[in-house]
Parts: sequence; C-alpha cells; structure tokens
Amino acid sequence: MSTETRKLDRVVIRFAGDSGDGMQLTGDRFTSEAAAFGNDLATQPNFPAEIRAPQGTLPGVSSFQLHFADYDILTPGDRPDVLVAMNPAALKANVVDLPDGGILIVNTDEFTKRNLTKVGYDSNPLEDESLERFQVHKVAMATLTIGALEETGLGKKDAERAKNMFALGLLSWMYHRPTEGTERFLREKFAKKPDIAEANVLAFRAGWNYGETTEAFAVTYEVAPAKLNAGTYRQITGNTATAYGIVAAAQRSKLPVVLGTYPITPASDILHELSKHKNFDITTVQAEDEIAGIGIALGASYGGALGVTSTSGPGIALKSETIGLAVMTELPLLVIDVQRGGPSTGLPTKTEQADLLQAMFGRNGESPVPIVAPQSPSDCFAAVLDAARIALQYRTPVLFLSDGAVANGSEPWLIPDVDSLPDLQVEFATDPETFQPYSRDPETLARPWAVPGTPGLQHRIGGLEKQDVTGNISYDPENHDRMVRLRQAKIDGIEVPDVVVDDPSGEAKVLVVGWGSSYGPIGAAARRVRKLGLPVAHAHLRHLNPFPKNLGEVLRKYDKVIVPEMNLGQLALLLRAKYLVDAVSYTKVQGLPFKAEELQDVLADVIKGVSA
Amino acid sequence: MTAIDLGIPGLTGIPTTDEKQTARDYKSDQEVRWCPGCGDYIVLNTMQSFLPSLGLKRENIVFVSGIGCSSRFPYYMNTYGMHSIHGRAPAIATGLAVSRPDLSVWVVTGDGDALSIGGNHLIHTLRRNVNLKILLFNNRIYGLTKGQYSPTSEEGKITKSTPAGSLDHPFNPVSLALGAEASFVGRALDSDKAGLTSVLRQAAEHRGSALVEIYQNCPIFNDGAFDVLKDADEAQRRIINVVDGEPIRFGREGEYCVIREGFGLAVAKSADVDASDIVIHDASDLNLSFALSRLSTQDLSHTVTGVFRRANRPTYDDSARAQVDAAKAAKEADLSKLLHGKDTWTVVG
Ligand SMILES: Cc1ncc(C[n+]2csc(CCOP(=O)(O)OP(=O)(O)O)c2C)c(N)n1
Ligand code: SF4
Ligand SMILES: [Mg+2]
Repeated sequence: MSTETRKLDRVVIRFAGDSGDGMQLTGDRFTSEAAAFGNDLATQPNFPAEIRAPQGTLPGVSSFQLHFADYDILTPGDRPDVLVAMNPAALKANVVDLPDGGILIVNTDEFTKRNLTKVGYDSNPLEDESLERFQVHKVAMATLTIGALEETGLGKKDAERAKNMFALGLLSWMYHRPTEGTERFLREKFAKKPDIAEANVLAFRAGWNYGETTEAFAVTYEVAPAKLNAGTYRQITGNTATAYGIVAAAQRSKLPVVLGTYPITPASDILHELSKHKNFDITTVQAEDEIAGIGIALGASYGGALGVTSTSGPGIALKSETIGLAVMTELPLLVIDVQRGGPSTGLPTKTEQADLLQAMFGRNGESPVPIVAPQSPSDCFAAVLDAARIALQYRTPVLFLSDGAVANGSEPWLIPDVDSLPDLQVEFATDPETFQPYSRDPETLARPWAVPGTPGLQHRIGGLEKQDVTGNISYDPENHDRMVRLRQAKIDGIEVPDVVVDDPSGEAKVLVVGWGSSYGPIGAAARRVRKLGLPVAHAHLRHLNPFPKNLGEVLRKYDKVIVPEMNLGQLALLLRAKYLVDAVSYTKVQGLPFKAEELQDVLADVIKGVSA
Repeated sequence: MTAIDLGIPGLTGIPTTDEKQTARDYKSDQEVRWCPGCGDYIVLNTMQSFLPSLGLKRENIVFVSGIGCSSRFPYYMNTYGMHSIHGRAPAIATGLAVSRPDLSVWVVTGDGDALSIGGNHLIHTLRRNVNLKILLFNNRIYGLTKGQYSPTSEEGKITKSTPAGSLDHPFNPVSLALGAEASFVGRALDSDKAGLTSVLRQAAEHRGSALVEIYQNCPIFNDGAFDVLKDADEAQRRIINVVDGEPIRFGREGEYCVIREGFGLAVAKSADVDASDIVIHDASDLNLSFALSRLSTQDLSHTVTGVFRRANRPTYDDSARAQVDAAKAAKEADLSKLLHGKDTWTVVG
C-alpha cells in the first residue's frame, strides 16, 4: 500500500511522557529538524514542579509542544493536532486538549493494569470507546525499540530508554523531516558513550522504518518552508536571549557586567547562561539570598559596572528595598523578573503576568521605576538591551518583566548584525571643578555617574533624602517635594518609541492592547477575526513605564479598548487611571498562556457588540 | 605606585600617594551629628588619624554602611561613601570589591545592623572571604531607634521593648565570625586609641575579610555598658589582650594568664602554673582563636582584645577576577560568534 502525502500549512505536535522519558529532548530535536527545514516555529515546554515526581503519575508528566508552519506564526499553538503519549499518565493529562479527529500516537507498552490504576483509569482507554473521536495509532514503542537494539547487546533497560528516539523517528517520517541533523546530534551528545549513541541512532531509524514499512499509517504530511525574511537564523529561548542581551549590553557599553543573583525557577537559566560567558567581562555571583544578589549588583554599579540581578516574583519582593535605594542613589541597575504564578510560591513552573503592579508600585514612598517587557522569546534580546540603555542613560533601576512562557519558549531568531546594535556608552564624571553629586543632565535629568577612584570627586550617597544638586542629607520639606517630583519627572521623560498599531484594514473600531508574552496569542487571534471579516487593531506595549507618548491618543481613537491579561486586570487598571478610557479587561490566570482560539471568540464578541 | 610595592597583601592593587596626608584631610565638610559623648566620635577620630599612615589615595577608599547611628560614619569621611540600607552593607560592598580591585573598601555596621537584620550577609561575606574591612560598632543596643535591646544585649536587659527583661541569649560576635571561618577577627575598645589603631592597621593589611568588633559606648541608651573595661583597676583583671606569637598573660604585672583546660581555655594565676603551660597565641589556629573567643562572657568578667585570628586563604574577589581573566585569556569575546551559536540556518531573500 502506498501512503498518501498531504500538504498542510501548519501543524502542532505535542510529545508527552513521564519526566524520565526524555520528552524535552525529543521536542527539541524535532524543533531543530523543523528549523533546519526552514519552517517558522514556536515551542512551549511544560514540565512538572517536582524534580522527580513518582514515575508514571500525573504530577510526573512532562510535555513539549511545537508549532511549525509554512508562514510566520506567533504562538506555540492552542491545541495539538498530534499527541504522542508515552504512558497512561501522559494520555490522561493531555488528551483533553486534543481536538476531535486529532492524531493520537500511543506507546501501548506502558498501558499495564498497574499503570492504568495509578492514574485512575478503571478500564484501558485503548480498549474501550473513549478514544473513538481520534485517529489512534497504537504502537508498542518499547518492545519495538528493544527488538531493534537486540543485536547491540545493550541491556533491556538501557535499550528501552531509547524509545523516545523511536517516537522521534516515527514522527520525522510522518512529517518528511530531514534526519541527518538528529543523527549527528546524537553522536555528538553521546560522544563519550558510543554504544549509547548508536543505540539512539538505531532507535531513531527503527521509528522511521516502522512508519515506512508497516501499513499502519496511510497518510504522511508535508509542511513547506516558510517565507521568512532573508538572513541567518537560530532557535532561541527567552532566557538565553535575555542572557545574550546582557552580554551585548556589556559589549555595547564597554562596561563589565556583574550579575548578583539567587537561583529561582524560571529565572535560573539566565545565571547558568551568563556564568558561561566570563570572557565577555561578566562576573556572576550566586549570593546567599535575593537581597544580597541585588546588593552586589548595586555595589558593582556604584563601582562603574553594569549591575544586573535576575529573579522571579518572590525574589522581587525581597529586592524591593534595594530597588528603592537604587532609585534614591540614582545608579544604573537592571532587575530581571521572570514572572511565574503567584502569590507566594504559587506555580513555580507556570506562567503569569501578575507582577506588573508590583514592579510599578511595590516599594515604599514615591519610587518610580521604568518597566520593559519582551513580547516573545527572541524579543528578549532587543528588549533587555533597551532596558540596559534606559538604566545606563538615565541612571535608574529598570525592571524587565519576562515570564515563564517567554523564558522557556523558543522560536527562530533572525540574528542581528552586531554592529547595528545600539551604542550604550556613557561617560563617567571626572571634573572636580564642576562636579555636584546631584546636578542633572538638562535633557535626561540623570545625575553624574561618579565612580570611586576618580580624583577630587569624593562624595557620599545613600538612602536618606538628598539636597537638590549637592546631594547632602536634607530634611527640608520643600526640597523633599522637589526631589520626589524630579525623580518622577526623570522617569516620565525617558524616551521610548511610539507604540505601533497593527490594523491592516484601517477600519477597526476595536483596539486590543496587550503587553509581554501575550503578543503571540493576541496577534494570532487578531489575524483570525480579521479573516472572519471583523477588523480589529492590535497595540502591544513593550514599555509600561513610562508608556509611549502616543498611547493616550491611540487609545482614544477607538470605540472600544479591550485588554487581555494573565492577571486580574493590572494593565487595564493603569490605562484607566492614566488615560480615563473605559478599557475592558479580559483576564485569565490558569498559569497557561492564552489560546488564540479563546481570544478570537472574545474579540469577535466585542467587535460585534460595537458594530451592533 | 600602588601598595603592591609595599608588600602589604591587603592593600595590593590600591594606588598610593607620596603626598603627605593628615587626619584633617579625612574630615568631610559635614557636621558630625552623634550625641555628645558618643563612642562613635572616638572611633571616627581614630580612623581619621590612622588612615594617613596607609598612604593610599583618598579617592580609592570607600566606606559603605548600613543603617544605625554608627552607619552615619561615611558622611563624615572625606572619601567615597555609601550609606545604604539596614543590614545590607556587606552585600553592596561585596559587589564593589568584586568589580574594583583598586579600592580599599570598609564596611561600617552596628550590632543590630550586622547581627540582626544583616546576620546572613555578614556570615556569608566572612565565609567567602571578600576583601572587606568590617567595623562592627557594638554598643549592645539599638541606638538609632531609641533604645531597644539588640542581639548582643545581655540576657534580661531592661529596655523600652523589654520592660520585663529581654529573653534571648546574645551572640558573641567574635565566636560567630570564627564559626563562619573568617580569616581575620579582632576586637578593640572605642576608648583605647592605641589598641584600636593596632587592630585597624592589621585589618587593613590583611587580604580578605576582616571583622573588627569595636565596643562602643552609647551614653544615651546604654551608658556605661563597657565601664568595667574602662576602669583602670577592673580592666587589669578583665581585659586579655592577645598578640600573635606571645604568651597570653594579663594584669598589671602579668599576674594572670590563659591555660588549656579540657577542650578549651581557662584563666589562671600565673604564679599557680608552670610557665610552659601558658598558652602562646597563634592567630593562624582556628580552634585556639575560637577557644579564646569563648573566654569573653556576657558580664565582661573577661574580655579578649587584639587579633584573634589572621590566616591566609584565597579571597572571593581575587578568585572571581581570576576566573574572568582566565576566561578572557582562553576565549576571545566575539559577540557575533556567541549569538550565532552552533546551529544556524540561512534564508535567502
Ligand atoms: C528595614 C529596616 N528596618 C528597621 C529599620 C529601623 N532601624 C534603623 S537602625 C536600627 C537598629 C540599629 O541598631 P544598631 O545596628 O545596633 O546601630 P546603632 O544605632 O546602635 O549604632 C533599626 C531597627 C530600618 N531603618 N530599616
Ligand atoms: S543614640 Fe547612642 S549610639 Fe546613637 S548617637 Fe546617641 S549616643 Fe551614639
Ligand atoms: Mg547598636
């Protein structure tokens, strides 16, 4: 029987299994194959909070979703078209997301009575009718893998572990993916254990051959390469892009970077990445807690380095007092918050954008801080560079609000030409004749950056209120009022680019405003409703403090403004307060990114309501 | 010229000057605002008189403090200075020391600042051995907040917040620092200018963290806390000043001494023991230093002063810089190469 080949414009695949099944690696490899093939893509891993949850249980399920297409896509996809379930737990946790008619590939070997009861299946779903709505492919992946590796002399246990590569091989065949990259990758990864490397390659080929030779699969699929802008691409996660942006900031400012930080999910990878790049004059200090982390960063900034600290929401809570000190001492400081579900320890491995008001107001006194938020994994690079620009030029702490979805998600990135990156060089104060610790640049209102070791500029700074210009301690009421307003004016006056409105028809009456990682789902939803003939405008904010200068005008142009957020309406609150617009809030806090599908319905309803 | 030429490890890398300096040069133009009679004045004066002898460029000296009366110190020094937030000075100073090998960085802190809110930073700074000189002004009270008991107040202390007496057992700051394996620990009395200067000098010359506990009188909220150590007669019986390499004797005529007892040390009359039983101070011996610290009691019936411990071990900041230097030597800082990574693909337009 010959297989039929169907052409698709996009596909979403989800690999799901036990934490020990290597699903992240499998997903990563498929992503690399898709990238090498020239598809546009976006990915989203989803892993348990527990490091080693008991095998075969629901809390132990780990998954990796990948969306690839022949056009530019914005999200990792709402729902999988294909679900690969390596055990009953993975099936149970993920099958709810599979739409009717979806392809379900199941590793039957794990569907033992014991494993089924462990997750609460009374009967075997592979044998009853519960999966009838799907195109189910039952494959004994473990058995087939062990069989394929029989000759290698590898023990059964070791052989069975390669079953994820069997799954990858099968999927690679189904989607006509190139295979050389994966084989090369496996040989490199297991270079020190050649027998394991060969076993994985064999399992991978066995999966491929299984598709090719058995008659179980009648259809294969092709997704053509996407027409992306010309240039050199790589795949990148948000945390890596953030780390690279910091390296670039060091290079473009010609300053050393000192990262003071304390490990926390989902921000730790920024520390891990930066600690590999000391050759760029980057020092990483794993401190005793978040307070020390930011203290170290601020001390380094005081000494003339770019101080950086990275954390997640609970860490920001601990850093608040030091952020206030940085506001008062007016020193550059980059504070990275990779947001996760809260409050308290909350949902450590899940995403949320509920730290906006904490970033905006979470300090004592009038303590304004600029806020920058990246809209996608690769955007972290440019966004963090811009945050560094603001910190250095305006001598202020800057909050960078990434989140779990952006941090761990990945997408292709058009690698920028290094020479085209902004020049971030700043000048230190050197002239004792004119030096005043709290004099200000007339344009930026920044005070001089006078680093210890500069002759004749000895001065004292600190957290007590400063006298304007001299920086001496002052308790004078008028002076305090003036300084509070000056600090605010400095932040309000930060130059940020105008917000760009995406409204292809120019006829939209409804504006959807988002910020941060909801860019993908909002953008995708906007495209969908436009296809339905409903015009909608989309504005996405990278700068949340100060807001772009044209934002008020933009908001007032539309009959209705809707603001979807993964919180209870924090941006909406700010927009309503500042611009007196009747912004409608749409919120969801499930620890998961929005789905384009649900936002499509929300937008369509609002648009219809306006035109009615 | 830098102090490297002087062969003083603690000052290596810090630019020196041939210009003659005086205590005046170290006084800032700010009016000193401690209460009359406050011990902080004497420490400030001692510091200002002592610093010129190091011959460092003033602009390469930085004082970083936390919050408390004592933490106002940087404002009065004509050097660089940061008056930071409560308890966090060691962390901020660590960032400064890591990024700037050419600075002499001093931390000024109080018993509340260093041992309550900032206890964590203090012990971690000491264990890391960051090249910082930490001056702990111990007045056994919270001065700035007007007289609550502190982590060094004696048990049962009656204060505004403890009218029925404090319940907690105090820290012995020297024992705590030694427990964190600090590479240098000393103690001095505010009123003892010579003793304090000697400990400050040794601290400055030491490469690594140096914790100096300074007993400081707060005449307003804890007056006379150290009077028994200041009364000439009492002091003879109570103060055990130790000098590296010398037998530990004290008293007007050396009539008291320190001997070994069980796993620790004890005080004896010199006349009652064999001269060979008198302990010879060895500042490189952590166990001995710790045992010495245990001779100091809450009621000050004995107090050890001088340098308890001075030992060489790598400093965090030197090591961190060495890692960066090694990485720079091993690999060019090629941003474009980094951004490309291993796996790229090209789309042709
Ligand atoms: C976060 C914070 N908590 C509390 C205070 C109030 N406070 C200021 S100084 C101090 C205690 C100071 O005692 P100590 O460190 O012994 O310094 P001293 O005034 O005795 O020199 C306290 C509790 C503060 N400034 N900041
Ligand atoms: S309250 Fe005590 S410690 Fe504070 S300045 Fe007055 S005397 Fe000195
Ligand atoms: Mg005190």
